[in-house]
Amino acid sequence: MKIVVPVKRVPDTAGEKKLDPNDKTSDRESVEAVLNPMDEWSIETALQLKEAGKADEITVLCVGPESAQATVRKALSYGLDGAIQITDQAVAGSDALGIARVIAKALDGVDFDLLVFGNQSTDARTCLVPAAVAEHLALPALTYARYIEIDGDKVVVHREHEEGWDIVEGSLPAVVSVVEAINEPRYPSFKGIMAAKSKPLETKSLADIGVAADEVGLDNAAARIQDARPRPAREQGEIVEDDGSGSAATALADWLQKNKFI
Amino acid sequence: MSELLVLIDHGDDKPRKVSLQMLTAATKIAGQTGDTVAAVWLGPGAADNSDILGAHGAQKLYHWDSQDAYGYVTLPQVEALHQIITEGDVSAVLFSSTNHTKDVAARLGVRAGGGVITDASDLEVVDGRLLATKEIFGGDMITTAQVADGKLPIIGISANAFAAQESGGGPPEVVAVDVSLSDAATKVKVTGVEKQVSERPDIAEAAIVVAGGRGLGEEEGFKLMEELADQLGAGVGASRAATDAGWYPHRFQVGQTGRTISPSLYIGCGISGAIQHRAGMQTSQNIVPINKDAEAPIFQIADFGVVGNLYAVVPKLIEEIKSRKG
Repeated sequence: MKIVVPVKRVPDTAGEKKLDPNDKTSDRESVEAVLNPMDEWSIETALQLKEAGKADEITVLCVGPESAQATVRKALSYGLDGAIQITDQAVAGSDALGIARVIAKALDGVDFDLLVFGNQSTDARTCLVPAAVAEHLALPALTYARYIEIDGDKVVVHREHEEGWDIVEGSLPAVVSVVEAINEPRYPSFKGIMAAKSKPLETKSLADIGVAADEVGLDNAAARIQDARPRPAREQGEIVEDDGSGSAATALADWLQKNKFI
Repeated sequence: MSELLVLIDHGDDKPRKVSLQMLTAATKIAGQTGDTVAAVWLGPGAADNSDILGAHGAQKLYHWDSQDAYGYVTLPQVEALHQIITEGDVSAVLFSSTNHTKDVAARLGVRAGGGVITDASDLEVVDGRLLATKEIFGGDMITTAQVADGKLPIIGISANAFAAQESGGGPPEVVAVDVSLSDAATKVKVTGVEKQVSERPDIAEAAIVVAGGRGLGEEEGFKLMEELADQLGAGVGASRAATDAGWYPHRFQVGQTGRTISPSLYIGCGISGAIQHRAGMQTSQNIVPINKDAEAPIFQIADFGVVGNLYAVVPKLIEEIKSRKG
């Protein structure tokens, strides 16, 4: 079985994030960029399937600017086998469905049985991409997996929701997205970091994967941000210090009562 | 006349609160566009709820009365909506911005040539165009988003973004829908459900959420959180540190890699308020931390805060609430 793990380059959550003042797209050059934290769980899922003898090859796929190569190498350092990077100026400003279209086209002609996504990126957090890619590829999508089991071409997933999870069953080829509860991601080893530098990396443009520039990008995005403003700063309210006896609870209860929460 | 579709999110044969909130939002929009508000109920159970849907603004109710709607993953819901859209005149689709429904929106967006906006906290009509307010970067920025001309707007509404209001409407016109599913739609079957029944409200819908973090020190601490929550009719959430430690289930995690909540009141106990946590709760109307570290960043966004040992403060607080409730 062959697995493809699509990853995303995102601004570091701890850094200051900005929108480009002109086109209101994420200003990805202004802050330190990292591998989307949720992708650590999808990479770990793929590695565990490989270690269990269920998969023999894991390829990472990344749509992003040239600088996303650092993200691709980071992903490879966990022990993945090769990478495809789609880089093209025309992709900039695409919405989630636009990116899904690029990912789907990039997989045209790629031999795979399973696509494993992190369930969301920590910047846009739409969760839309895995299902949209599945739609483009006419594949089943077993998303929000907190558990996965593969037996031959049968795939069983525990699909997390607000009240627990659904047990769902489908067959390969399929798209899966995973949530944090699924595993405990490892750290890249020194050996992995060194090896990542020489792993095969194929870079392609939109033309190479058969996407016209007027199908994607900001000007062709189906959904876009037209105006953005910072959240007004919250004013700090009253802070009381407890003397160790818990007596500050009285002041808190007063406040709760005044604001009609009791 | 065009129809504004509202996909009803329901559980245990009742509409979830967010569904009535969406109908209220749709009624406001339709008042400006002249659209008809049409609820869509997929699966059994609509008949007993048509009155409450009508009372909140549904003028029409599409009902596909089949276990298949949620017997398979995502695609039956997509095909039902796509059929309604193809056969009718639909101006926009509203859905509850929960994970499973986002999958429906994503596929429908691709299939129906739509644009999808998730997690909208407000809607308005300007020059006949539907604009959605959406918070990004964990609530640091507030944006106005729109769907391109010629694309069907498919917009996810956050729970608690609107207050549900009765519109004074009567029962809706019920239209039975029959969907012949494609082979693809029955490929992923739901074979079981693991449901942890709780008397507490879901954290996304709850007006008050009590959340516990690393400062609880142990799993037992969540019993205290639950006791406080139950006094306030609140839901219980957890920081990532607490869910990673296995003290509380992952689906209650509030924050960047968990869920985003906007309750009227958030009480955080033993939570320092790292940026990853704030990304999931800073849009709460009132924020009340209880934490022994006066330097914890969460105090910067507190409406009222207590610096102190939560194991001293919370039990006293529970007693205070009990006695004030009388």
